[in-house]
Parts: sequence; C-alpha cells; structure tokens
Amino acid sequence: MQITRGMRIVEAKAYVAERLGVSPFDLSDPIAMEDVRRERQLGRITTFEISYPTQSSAMEAKFRIAELLDLPINCVQRFRQHAGLA
Amino acid sequence: METQYPTRMGDGSLTRLTRSEMRAELEEGTLAAAGRAKVPPLSADELDHLLEIWASPAKFSAVDIGDEVVLTYDGSGSKTVGTRTQDLLIYEQMFGADSVELGHVDYSFKAIRTILPFEAQNMKDAQAVLTVPVMYGAMPNLGLYSKPDGPAPNWSELLPLARVDEARAAQEEAVGYAVEDMVKTADALWEAGADGIDFDTAGAAGDGDFLATLLAIERIRAAHPDMGIQVGMAGEFVLGMHGQLEYEGVRLAGLWPRGQMELVRRAGATIYGPAITVNTRRTGAWNIARALTLVKPCMEVAEIPVHMNIGMGVGAIPTTSYLPLDAVGRASRATVDILRLDGL
Repeated sequence: MQITRGMRIVEAKAYVAERLGVSPFDLSDPIAMEDVRRERQLGRITTFEISYPTQSSAMEAKFRIAELLDLPINCVQRFRQHAGLA
Repeated sequence: METQYPTRMGDGSLTRLTRSEMRAELEEGTLAAAGRAKVPPLSADELDHLLEIWASPAKFSAVDIGDEVVLTYDGSGSKTVGTRTQDLLIYEQMFGADSVELGHVDYSFKAIRTILPFEAQNMKDAQAVLTVPVMYGAMPNLGLYSKPDGPAPNWSELLPLARVDEARAAQEEAVGYAVEDMVKTADALWEAGADGIDFDTAGAAGDGDFLATLLAIERIRAAHPDMGIQVGMAGEFVLGMHGQLEYEGVRLAGLWPRGQMELVRRAGATIYGPAITVNTRRTGAWNIARALTLVKPCMEVAEIPVHMNIGMGVGAIPTTSYLPLDAVGRASRATVDILRLDGL
C-alpha cells in the first residue's frame, strides 16, 4: 500500500486490516497472522521441518494478495499475460 | 554518584555516560541542528522520552507492540551466500523482511544500463519465487558522467579553476544523460515485473544529481502510474555544486528534508527517505537528537510515506560495518516514537 499507493502507515494498516477482517493491532501479532495467512492462502514461512506443499506460495500467494487487497501487482498482471490467463 | 550507562559514540565505540551527561548531549544535539537548519529544537517531553530510551542498560530497545513500521532496503544481498535471488529469499524467509531490493554490486544507473537485460531477467526470476514486494535499486551518481568516467567535462576540476560557467554547463549536460539512464532502467525493470524502483543516495553529487532524479521520476510516473518510486537521500542537505538549479521554481541547493520531501512528492514518488549523517566524534545521544530535529519539520507536512535512512553512518547509527544491536534498536525506536515514521 505504501510502495504503489503512497499510503501513510496508519491508513495502510487500517486498509489491510479491514480487507483481512482483523483489527490493525492483530497485524502486529505473528500468531494471529499465521492463522490468517493459512486460512486465506497468502504465503507462509517454510522450513525443511515444517513445509506447506499444498498451500499457496510466492506467485500463487501474490495472486490472492492482489485480489484480497484490490491492489494491482505488477508481476501478477504480467504473469497473467504471459501465461495466457488475462 | 550517578549511575553510568553503556552507550555508543558515532564511530561505534563503547563509552559510559550518566543520565545528566546524556541529557546534556541530547540538548546539545537538538540545538546544533536547530541552529544550523533554522528549525525548532525538540521539546522537553521529546528529550525526556529520548533520555528514557538511551539511559538504559538494556541490550535491546523497541517500539510498543502495535507501533511497528515496515522496512525497505537499499540492497538486500549481493551474492552473499549464493545467487542474488537466494539472498533475497533469505531476507524474506529467514529475516522476515517486509520488502526486498534487487541491486547490482556496481550500484549506479550508468553501469546498470550496460547490463539491463540481465538485470531485468533477474527481476522476473526473483518475482516468481518471492512473496514480498521486490524493488530495484541503484544510485543516480551524477559524477560518473564526468570525464574520465563519462562524456561531460569534469566540474570538480573546473570549479577550482574558477571556470564556474563551464562547470555549470557540464553538470547540466550530465543531468540529461543521467535522466535517460534512470528512465530506461525503470522502464525495463517495470516490464520485468518490479514493484518499484529506489533512487538511492539521491543528491550525492549535489543539486544536479537531485535534479536528475526529480526529472526522471516525473517521466517514470507519467509512463507507469502504478509503479512504486522511492527516493533515499544521500545527505541531510543538498549541496550546491551547481548552485542555480531549480525544480518547479524551487532552488535545490540548500534544501533540508522538508523541502526535499515536498519536491520528491511533487515529482511523483511514493516514498521519501531522509538521510542524516552521523558525527563519529559525538555520542549516539547527540546524533539522535540532531537527526530527529532535522527530520521533524518534514513529518509535520508529509503526505507520502517517509522511510528514514537508518543504517551505517546515517540516522544515528554508528559508522561501522558491524552494527551493535543496542545502537540500532535505540535509534530505530527513537525515530519511530518521536517522528511517527511510516517505515525505515
């Protein structure tokens, strides 16, 4: 929201929280946000011991983030074009 | 006898000061900045808060939960452990970086132009495997366009000879070259999928360097309305190497953070990064009070996110390669607590 929209942080946190259905304070809670990321398939930290092969990651997650935040993401739009999905 | 607390000098060396001594350092730092930039000093409450952060034996200091800000970077890996993309993944997956920045080790737009297809391909590949925003960063570095490195006459040689008109003409010629390189680089990286571009150390070669950055931003914004554009400054004050250059009627030489931010926003950037240089011979307390005093007027009118430069040698972070966590934590917290920054 800051990079492409030039949105100040308080406004950006409020926007993202509203779109995710959480409070701005929840964004600071890694435990709460881990659940949000899992439920909404927004990408998670993977390790050898704990991996999530059936969940969205990287470009897959960015498709969902763009839709959820109503935010055009440049590489997602280009992926759509290149893959013939547009 | 007053308790002494471990604290850092601007060069990173450890020293010990009492609360009274730290208070005096804070007051001297804010007054030094206020006198130099003709801005108000920090208030008594703000100095009290800084004293609470600094006069502590704690290893680490941090903002309150809920007050966290996001981080952008000037570079996040240069084949440190593998490929650049692997480095970016380490920043995302292991350091928890909010964003990353792809950059070449020769971090200047003039050099990047010669390897642009390679950089664009690296951006496309990186975007396929990363989730966080990926910026592309480089320096305007106007000096590279002067002889013997570039085509324009060398204004640093002309100025000592009092050939002022020729020195000014040389800088104006270099501005044109620099703008073309920055715009073409941004075009190529945007087409490859970049989330944005970071003009790092803008103004390093003075007012011509800053003007080139602003003119490039104008064209990039017109061509790519959704592109992120970040400007990180080289220093607190735009040097008048030319002295007469203006942008939208504003003289660039002598601009402090507030004036810099206003022009950066008008040109079309989405994030502005003020850089306040560290005095290595003064304490961290003196440096943080000085830095906050210089940036505070900018925050009072900011309409775009402000990511203050908090890194080696700027923003009260010691000028040393291996940064002590106690110094980084205190400076980071102080800038967010006092200035209500949008990021670092």
